[in-house]
Amino acid sequence: MLVIPCPYCGPRPELEFSYGGQAHVARPTAASNPSPADWNAFQYERANIKGLHAERWRHIHGCARFFNVIRDTTTDEIVRSYRSGEK
Amino acid sequence: MAEPAKRQPPSVAPLAGLRVLAPLARYALRVDLAVAAAAAAAAAAAGAGAGIMPLATAVCRASQLRDWHALWLGPDEQLLLGPAAAGAAFAAAVGNALQGVPHSLVDVSHRQGALEVSGPAAATLLNAACPLDLGLAATPVGFCSRTVFGKAEIVLWRRAEHAFQLEVWRSFLPYVHGLLTLAAAE
Repeated sequence: MLVIPCPYCGPRPELEFSYGGQAHVARPTAASNPSPADWNAFQYERANIKGLHAERWRHIHGCARFFNVIRDTTTDEIVRSYRSGEK
Repeated sequence: MAEPAKRQPPSVAPLAGLRVLAPLARYALRVDLAVAAAAAAAAAAAGAGAGIMPLATAVCRASQLRDWHALWLGPDEQLLLGPAAAGAAFAAAVGNALQGVPHSLVDVSHRQGALEVSGPAAATLLNAACPLDLGLAATPVGFCSRTVFGKAEIVLWRRAEHAFQLEVWRSFLPYVHGLLTLAAAE
């Protein structure tokens, strides 16, 4: 089982979390006049990185917060975690 | 036509350290902690709401004010527990103390029930289905958190080294009680 460091509660067992997919996928703004291709990219295109991957997790059975985790997809090592809106 | 086999609950002796607690008054409070603390201080200074509202300001810790306990569940979420009879008056007082502060105070008294698990083996017993580290270093007395127990979500609160209170949603109570009884039998 992974031990995931929640930036609010500290290290907790993976069972308390749910996965939220790739992090930092920005929704196109209306001002940018997005094309169907932009919407397609926002909706479906993901990086599928081998190596360090920024992803969202939610501490659903805990503080219920979304936050971001940098995880190595080859080793499952979690490098660090940080709150939403932070870098 | 053959009758489908009925599942019988396993017959195990009732567990000494496991009991269902009497009904409590419970409130789910959502509020910005810093703002609420400032409002409480201001009310106390004005002599109006002095010492009405318990607020747990430390992460995953409970705090107490007279009969009432505040359990830190999230950065803006508290679970307030107190005597069942005093609920309405308490809610009114907290509502007064938080006047002007954006907040939500919801009566969830009947949403969940409480179990007490006590005895020297309490932590071992809970670890049968709860993945938290229940050593005193990671979860000291006063620790509280939402977590999982088997398939159910619970709020775990360590009231003493060998005594835990579990806040379980009502429909999960028989499941959690049964799983604890089974685990103790093993």
